[in-house]
Amino acid sequence: MTATEQRETPEATLAREETFLQHFLHSLWAANTVTVTVLSIVLAVIVGGILIIVSDEDVLNTYSYFTARPSDALNASWDVVSDAYANLFKGSIVDPAAVQGWIDGSNGWQAVFSPISETLTYAAPLVFTGLAVALAFRGGLFNIGGQGQAVIGAITAAVAGILIPLPIVLAVTVAVVAGAAGGAVWGFVPGVLKARTGAHEVITTIMLNYTAGLFLTWIVLQRGVHDPDRTDAISKPVDSAARLPHLLGDGLRMNLGIVLAVAATWVVAWLLNRTTFGFELRAVGANPDAARTAGMSVTRTYTLLMVVAGALAGLGGATQVLGTAYALTPAVAGNIGFDGLLVALLGRNRPWGVLLAALLFGALRAGGNRMQSFSGISLELVTVLQALIVIFIAAPALVKAIFRLRAARAARLQTSVAKGW
Amino acid sequence: MRPVRGMRIVAALAVGGLALSAAACGDAPDENNNAGGGGAKPASKYTACMVTDIGGIDDKSFNASAWAGIQEAAKEQTNIDPKYVASSSEQDYEPNLNQFVNQKCNFILAVGGLMADATKKVALAHPDQQFGIVDSVIPEASNVFPMQFDTAQAAFLAGYLAAGYSKTGKVATYGGLPIPPVTIFMDGFADGVAYYNQQKGKNVQVLGWDKAKQNGSFAQSFTEQAKGKAISDTFVAQGADVIMPVAGGTGLGTAAAAQQSGGKYSVIWVDQDGCNSAAQYCSTFLSTVVKNIKDAVKEAVVKGAKGEKLDASAGFIGTLANNGVSLAPFHEFDSKVPAELKSELDQVKQDIISGKIKVTSPAQPK
Repeated sequence: MTATEQRETPEATLAREETFLQHFLHSLWAANTVTVTVLSIVLAVIVGGILIIVSDEDVLNTYSYFTARPSDALNASWDVVSDAYANLFKGSIVDPAAVQGWIDGSNGWQAVFSPISETLTYAAPLVFTGLAVALAFRGGLFNIGGQGQAVIGAITAAVAGILIPLPIVLAVTVAVVAGAAGGAVWGFVPGVLKARTGAHEVITTIMLNYTAGLFLTWIVLQRGVHDPDRTDAISKPVDSAARLPHLLGDGLRMNLGIVLAVAATWVVAWLLNRTTFGFELRAVGANPDAARTAGMSVTRTYTLLMVVAGALAGLGGATQVLGTAYALTPAVAGNIGFDGLLVALLGRNRPWGVLLAALLFGALRAGGNRMQSFSGISLELVTVLQALIVIFIAAPALVKAIFRLRAARAARLQTSVAKGW
Repeated sequence: MRPVRGMRIVAALAVGGLALSAAACGDAPDENNNAGGGGAKPASKYTACMVTDIGGIDDKSFNASAWAGIQEAAKEQTNIDPKYVASSSEQDYEPNLNQFVNQKCNFILAVGGLMADATKKVALAHPDQQFGIVDSVIPEASNVFPMQFDTAQAAFLAGYLAAGYSKTGKVATYGGLPIPPVTIFMDGFADGVAYYNQQKGKNVQVLGWDKAKQNGSFAQSFTEQAKGKAISDTFVAQGADVIMPVAGGTGLGTAAAAQQSGGKYSVIWVDQDGCNSAAQYCSTFLSTVVKNIKDAVKEAVVKGAKGEKLDASAGFIGTLANNGVSLAPFHEFDSKVPAELKSELDQVKQDIISGKIKVTSPAQPK
């Protein structure tokens, strides 16, 4: 081999460089994870655009005389779709008009950062609940209980923030830790049930979601928690010392939650790849019987895994109540637990992937608010977009067929799909 | 492979093209058709923008009523341009209100008491912007026009009606959650029954609510119909023949069960006239305790569009006197309610309006 390489002419080297470039292009167009994800998003945007056109009556009317004057239909379609997606962008990343206004001095700098602040505000809880699902999945467990764990985390964080008067830094620390602890307890129950009795975690976590939700509606109305000055189901506000501080002044909602979320992502990545627990977790996830034979305690791993996952989801609930809501209401946790499932799926159960997926979902939510308000397109379209992205990702064969991608050399994608979901 | 695939594409295009030309061969409209009428635009546009709570625009309850009010206002005053956004989570309230501020809406309506905190924050940050809120009051902000409803007055009439209509001498009510917007109905209902007993020397019992203790039956849900059915089955087993559910969609379970029972008991609906909002069960609705959000919103928006000042300190409190709350028509029960009872109800209504009867509830708007 070495002998042939030594005998290569300069032309041959050139040829090999070309093949390297070709190789790069080939793998770019092969069905690897990144390509499939990006193409799934592109497909979802296209289908979303069609839905926008179909749901707009005025635009649809122009299609009734398409053959007579196609320019009308095409222009109207382009206008409505581009306006919608432009507003999605302006509401989630940056609005050029606000930048112009800042230069002119007609609006403050806050307007420029407001879209990105909204995106990060929506993303922060999703990072936590996404990690809670992803981590459990790596250990071979389907944690459908992110919602319940987040709800309990929100309750414990808020109750600590309402009832324990503490100085500023201590108060917020205690409240955040209380949130994590609450979620951990709610994760421990299905974990230990699975480990000791074999009760399937899907069933137990779903049931605990209901329990947590009903517990929330009950506790909001209890004396000491319910706000006596209010006539509706809302708790007293969280003590201002226990709130997550705003990062860009009080005008923008972005808060410490997103920083904690990035830190949590790093910790989970480190935990998975660099610690004994992470190794055991992945071993148990790959094959519990083999792991047991190798001398690992599957029982301990399952329990600990669900405790950590629960704590993460609990932090998600805590960021919600300490970062934006500041009070408990029956719907304070929104849908973050179930959105976390989608985020984990989109992030392919990898910590940094989850972070990126949560940012995308956060951007869709933030931009969706503006799209609804400025373009009059219903917020459900955003939900449809999210669902479409996930559907295409869950069906990589479909994306491959549409774009005629070649199979990737490493069969990682197929194995991850074959494993579940 | 290739040629076959090419054929397929051609075939698909041909079929699609045929379908398209069949459907799309209409004539294009004249391009200049709206060039002439451009000058007749109304003097100034008044945008009325509404943010729903998480119930969404089709909740058949207060969001739907408020939106209907804005739409009617737009019909009356042609310069009103109505708009709404729906909130899918409580996190959306603040950005949705802010988006409307950015769009320079003339009037921004927040629907529901749970939006009070977000509305207060946004309203204080934009003191020149006119806001309105349904079911809440924000004393700190003079630019938020509050619309509240003393539903206890109309529920009092419903209690009197139920007591007079009941054959078994037992009537019942239950709520979604023990929160003031719900218990205010139950207080009025219980008081109405008590007033009937006092006037007639009878002893009609109220199941499901004890006004003195502020305690009673609750479904813990505003959506689950099965729970509503289970609770009303218990009441019927105890002998009740008129039931008033104050539990949104959960109450539909009671209405469905009443329909299946074949007239064994009847239902008093709340918020919007049941024969309009849940028409399939109209045959079971004795009447409805109406909370007239629609007209209140309409009035406020029309006033604003005419350039009149909306006085936040006075606000709007819906009562029997201003028709902000009322008892709906009896519809299919019209022939079954005795004329005597009808005239007594009119008298009670007049007495409440004149202040001769005082309806009190800890949940009343102050």
